[in-house]
Amino acid sequence: MSSAAKGARRTLAGLLWILVILYGLLGFGVATDKTTVTPGLALDLAGGRQIILQARTIDGSSIDPGDLKQAVEIIRKRVDASGTAEAEITTQGDRNIVVGLPGEPDESTLDLVRKSAQLQFRPVLFVGAPGPSTPGPEGVDPSASPEPTPGATASPEASQEPERPDATPAPTPAPAVDTPKPTDPSSMDWITPEIDAKFSALDCTDPENLTNGDVGRPDEAIVACRADGLAKLILGPQELTGEDLQTATAGPTLNAQTGAATGSFEVRLDLTKSGGEKFRKVTERLATYYNPALGDTVSQDVRAQFGVLLDGVVITHPQVSKAIPGGKAQITGDFTMKEAQQLANQLKFGAIPLTLDVLTDDHISATKGADELRSGLIAGAIGLLLVVIYSVFQYRALGAVTVGSLLMAGGVSYVLITLLSWGLGYRLSLAGVAGLIVSIGITADSFIVYFERVKDELREGRSLPAAVEHGWSRAKRTIIISDVVSFMAAAVLYWLAVGSVRGFAFTLGLTTLVDLGVVILFTHPTLVLLARTRFFGDGHKWSGLDPRQLGQEAMYKGRGRVATGGVGGGSVGVSDGLTLAERKAARAKAAASSTTAEKE
Amino acid sequence: MAGISDWGNRLHSGETSYPIVQRRKRWLLISVGFVVLSILILLFKGVSPGIDFRGGTEYTLSGVGHADTEIAREVVAEQLPGEEPRVVVVGGDSVRVQLGQLEQSDIIALRESLATAYNVDISDVSSSFIGPTWSKDVSSKAVKGLVVFMILVTLVLTVYFRAWRMAVAALVALLHDLAFTVGIYALVGFEVTPASVIGFLTILGYSLYDTVVVFDKVKENTHDVEGQHRYTYAELANLAVNQTLVRSINTSVVALLPVSAILFIGSFVLGAGTLEDISLALFVGMAVGTYSSIFVATPLEVMLRDREPRIVKHTAEVMQRREKGSSDVVRDDGTVRVGALRPGHHQGTGAQPRRKGRK
Repeated sequence: MSSAAKGARRTLAGLLWILVILYGLLGFGVATDKTTVTPGLALDLAGGRQIILQARTIDGSSIDPGDLKQAVEIIRKRVDASGTAEAEITTQGDRNIVVGLPGEPDESTLDLVRKSAQLQFRPVLFVGAPGPSTPGPEGVDPSASPEPTPGATASPEASQEPERPDATPAPTPAPAVDTPKPTDPSSMDWITPEIDAKFSALDCTDPENLTNGDVGRPDEAIVACRADGLAKLILGPQELTGEDLQTATAGPTLNAQTGAATGSFEVRLDLTKSGGEKFRKVTERLATYYNPALGDTVSQDVRAQFGVLLDGVVITHPQVSKAIPGGKAQITGDFTMKEAQQLANQLKFGAIPLTLDVLTDDHISATKGADELRSGLIAGAIGLLLVVIYSVFQYRALGAVTVGSLLMAGGVSYVLITLLSWGLGYRLSLAGVAGLIVSIGITADSFIVYFERVKDELREGRSLPAAVEHGWSRAKRTIIISDVVSFMAAAVLYWLAVGSVRGFAFTLGLTTLVDLGVVILFTHPTLVLLARTRFFGDGHKWSGLDPRQLGQEAMYKGRGRVATGGVGGGSVGVSDGLTLAERKAARAKAAASSTTAEKE
Repeated sequence: MAGISDWGNRLHSGETSYPIVQRRKRWLLISVGFVVLSILILLFKGVSPGIDFRGGTEYTLSGVGHADTEIAREVVAEQLPGEEPRVVVVGGDSVRVQLGQLEQSDIIALRESLATAYNVDISDVSSSFIGPTWSKDVSSKAVKGLVVFMILVTLVLTVYFRAWRMAVAALVALLHDLAFTVGIYALVGFEVTPASVIGFLTILGYSLYDTVVVFDKVKENTHDVEGQHRYTYAELANLAVNQTLVRSINTSVVALLPVSAILFIGSFVLGAGTLEDISLALFVGMAVGTYSSIFVATPLEVMLRDREPRIVKHTAEVMQRREKGSSDVVRDDGTVRVGALRPGHHQGTGAQPRRKGRK
């Protein structure tokens, strides 16, 4: 066996291994119930709910693309946290957000999508350890609270009036309350036995509670986890919302006297005019709980802190030492630049000045999607069949190699898409199916380029194994560069496109890579091995590689033998079927017999 | 079958040869004419935008027993006088109603009335509202994609072929395909939907793919053009086009077969939809792409190359030899047989005999 054939066998074995591994992985996923044998389907095929939200600014100004992106982020976070997998949330145009939810999502999930981000400022009443069994505040030393949180520094001219303002915004009492509500938002009376029970039950070590908490009613106390899961808190009624916050930025902390950077970072809050006024009143009240003698120690009363909640999770609860007028505040602490930036972003999320209106709420019927998928598959099958018929017609037995390669490409593409659907949450859409069907032609073309090259080499007079090797070395380059171009087109389409275009570009790009793999790992080695069979190697007229049909009247069979016949007919050179050595021997014999004859 | 194979042989050997490159002026003029015509049609007639580009409201009622468009017209006329609905039956048992931009309340109300009028469940009525701003986004993204793609392709092709002229010729062929396809769209009046835009963008990849294969052969045939004085650059390029002709035809047929299958299924079974829109654009674009890789890209490349001083000098030398009669490629009737340089061509070390019993 020649080295080329050995190499071909090795390559085929390698491909077999790849297939075994891929399908084994899929089989494992299916056996462990982690995935299914078929790829997940996108909304347009599986049916589901599509909601298009239109963003509107409160003051009617134009929409900042950054704000829209943040709104998408918030919705994505919420939906992901609700456990709804496979939600697709994208922007469309400059003011629409498209939310696709597969299947029949329940109303509570839809509510998560529809509502705007909920940023709340609530006074802190109690801070405890995050575990579920942490006893409530009754009889527990509040100093058990973990590490002190960053403090909010106040402007120096803050007035220290002991007067306690009314809760703002004024809490509208809920209709069915059995006990009168305290008027002071910082009153410990907010901690009812019910809240206490909730607090005990809350488990902030469970990551699920850290992404999407209960936002509660604005006029009631709530329990919430800190976003890092290291503490849980009881907070009073809502005092400010995201609407009161203009923006939040992060920056280096500057020394108040010298103006030099201190090396740490802070988050600056910029409140609206009315928000600043509310904030002043709140901080005035909170500052009364602050004991300057205790400083930033753990024994400081937690009620001097206000908590900022984003979607029901406390993102920060800084301490207030002085009343803060003027609508500007800084949250300082041991922030790194990244932490400060993250907090500022979170605050901004909550302060996005966008209201989302539901523009459309589409039900995409699952039966329609199934119909379209079926038609797409039928179209694909017909397309494949036509390609098979054509290539058998054109290439005879070689067409079987095309068919085998196409099937191989199909098998690899299928398992890859199914695995991607499992691992990366890829969803096959109708446009994706179209991409797959279109790729049949482009994949088959690689084989055509290759076979035509081999034929060219045969026309130049090479033997089949040599023609396969030589043709391959030329065709390989053409196939690679054309696939690179094709892949580039798909990649550009993918990165720049919206919605359904991406699904198409994705399958097209994937199948281009698969095509490249199959032609190198399957088609070529198969042809190398087939070139060594009698059927192909001797150029059977049904093999598609008959040199006589390719204009070579005679075929050199090696060792001085030449096969003739076929189209051109007639013999070229010696064609007595003898090898060179046999001829030489015959000549020698003839010469020997003639000399003996002379002697006689 | 034997005919195609035999034809392929004659094309390969140069026995049969179509003077595509030699008549490049004619082909390029025809193509310029087509492109100008396309642009004129585009300017004066314009493409008809689909609902995604116009903005509006679309209802699709699926599983309607009696697909009568009149019912929808009556419902709309009654509920929203002044609106002019476009009502079509798609795929036999579905009715699609397209309207202008409606208020949210009207959308919901009309959905219910349509369901009642056609006696279908409300869940079988899919409604969608498309705002007018969406198209701007799609169009700007498509243009951005086009520009990024072209820059990338120019770089890659220039590096690969080591000839910027090939990259330029490929790009011109690409633009030609796009203009031509859009022109055909405008002429026939096919609606342009986001799916058609996918199709147009895919044409980019396909058109280049096809051109690259032909150029690769051109490059192979002409890599040693100055080392011989039998043939001119143009003749060798023409040989490449002829030699890849069978491949080009096979490729186009194979690529068009699945696309036609979608088109067929799309138009006769499903009704207009994503699949049909993509495949229609691809069908037109692929056909044009095959044409351009043969009749536009190579002739243009040769035209660009022919201005290069080295090639001018070489061509003159070849012609001089032919006039002196010292060239062996001129046939008795004065024509030139351009073919593969068969005799004496080194077949590579792989063709050498091997010693047995050695690794």
